[in-house]
Amino acid sequence: MLLFASCNLRAELVSIPVLKTHVTDLTQTLTAEQQSLLEAKLASFEQQKGSQIAVLIVPTTQPEVIEQYSIRVTDVWKLGREKPDDGLLLLVAKDDRKMRIEVGRGLEGAIPDLIAKRIINEIMQPHFKQGDFYGGIDNAIDRLIGLVSGEQLPAPDLPDTGTKSFENLLPLLLFGGLVLGGILRTIFGNFMGGALNGGAIGVLAWLLGGGVLAAILFGIVAFFLTLMGSASSGYGGGYGGGHSGGRSGGWSGGGGGSFGGGGASGDW
Amino acid sequence: MQKIFLKLLAVLLVLNLTGCGYNTFQSLDEEAKASWSEVLNQYQRRADLVPNLVNVVKGYAAHEQEVLTEVSNARSKVGSIQVTPELLNDPEAFAKFQAAQGQMTSALSRLMAIAENYPNLKADQGFRDLQAQLEGTENRITVARNRYIETIKNYNVAVRSFPQNLTAMMFGYKAKPSFTVENEKEISVAPTVDFGDKK
Repeated sequence: MLLFASCNLRAELVSIPVLKTHVTDLTQTLTAEQQSLLEAKLASFEQQKGSQIAVLIVPTTQPEVIEQYSIRVTDVWKLGREKPDDGLLLLVAKDDRKMRIEVGRGLEGAIPDLIAKRIINEIMQPHFKQGDFYGGIDNAIDRLIGLVSGEQLPAPDLPDTGTKSFENLLPLLLFGGLVLGGILRTIFGNFMGGALNGGAIGVLAWLLGGGVLAAILFGIVAFFLTLMGSASSGYGGGYGGGHSGGRSGGWSGGGGGSFGGGGASGDW
Repeated sequence: MQKIFLKLLAVLLVLNLTGCGYNTFQSLDEEAKASWSEVLNQYQRRADLVPNLVNVVKGYAAHEQEVLTEVSNARSKVGSIQVTPELLNDPEAFAKFQAAQGQMTSALSRLMAIAENYPNLKADQGFRDLQAQLEGTENRITVARNRYIETIKNYNVAVRSFPQNLTAMMFGYKAKPSFTVENEKEISVAPTVDFGDKK
C-alpha cells in the first residue's frame, strides 16, 4: 500500500507521495530491477557529490499543469542540501504525456532552462516516443549527473568542526549557568554571586573553544542574568533556542533545498 | 530601587519576546521584502529577454510590425516604472506596476502565437533557446508571485489581528497590496506559453 502525504490545500489535487527512495514510480512503469539500478546510481551520486536527484513518475497531475504540481512536490520534498540548494527533480506524468526537470536554485547555473529543455527534447522525448521510459530517464540522469559534477559544490557530509561542537554545547552552557548562578547567589548574595558565576561561565566558554571574545561576552551575560534572577524568574523562556541537528547517516529524504521554478517542461 | 528597575526590565523583555508581536512584524516584513525582490528579479529577467526575442522574430517576420512594436512599447513602459521598496506600501503604484507587467505578458504571448505561423522561425535554434528561456522565466514569475501572495497573506493577517494591530498601528506597519484576483485570472490565462512542441 502506498502512503500519501496529506495535502491540505484542496482535496481534488493530486497528492504528493512520501519521499522514501530516490526513485518513486506510482505507475509501475519501471521494473523492480530498473528501479534499483536507477536508485543505486542516484544514491552513489549523492554520496560522492552531495547533490540530490529524485525521479517521480505519476499517472497524471490534473487538474494542475505539470509545473504547478512539480513545484508543490519540491516544496514538500526539499531535495538537495539547504545552503547550496542542489536538488533536482525529474517528473513524468505518464498519462498526460508530459515531463519536467525541476532545477534547484543552486543548480540553475549548471543546468540553465535551455539545457534542461534540450535534455527533454533530445534525450527523453525520442525514448519516450518509443515507449522506452527507462532508457529516457536513465540517459537524462547520466546527462544531469555529468552537468552537476562539473559544478563546484561543498563536499558531502561535512565533518564536525570545533566551532560546531561549541555551538552544540551552547544551550547546556546557558542552562548550567542559570543553575550555578542560582546556587552562587544564595551563598554569596546578588552581586558577588553574579560576578562569580560570570567568571565561571566565561572561563568555561573559553575552555570549550569559544574564543576569548565570546568567553567575555558569555561571562557578562551570565553576570547580568544572575543579577536579574533575583528580580524575576520569567526570563527562562527567552533562550535555549536550540540547534537543529544535521542529517545523521543514511538516507532521510530531502535535505532542505529550495526551488524557484527553474527548469523546463516538455511532452512526447 | 535597583530591584524595581530590574523587574521592569525583565517584564519589558518578556513582553517584547512574546506579547505584542513587534518581532513578528520584523520577520514578516523582511520576508515580504525578500519575496517581493524575487518577483522583481524574475520580471527583470523577462524584460532582459525581450530585445533578443524581438530581434530574432524580426529576422523572419519583419512585417509583423504591430506585434513587434507592441512588445517593444510594453517593455519600455515596464522599464519606465521606478521600482523602489516603497512601491510595496503604495497600492496605487503597485496596481500600475501590475498593469504594466500584465500588458507585457499579453504582448509576449501574442508574439509567440504569431511565431507559430513561421516554420523557419520555429526551427531557428536561437529562437528555440529563447523560447525555452521565456518559458522558464514565466514559470519562475508564477512561482515567485505565488510565494509573494503567501507571505503577504501571513503579514496582513498579523497586521490586522488583535492585539498585534495595536503594535502595527504604533509602529506604522500597514497592510501590503497583493496580486489581485482579476489579474491573477488574466495572468494565468495569457502566459500558458504553449509553444506547440507537439509534432
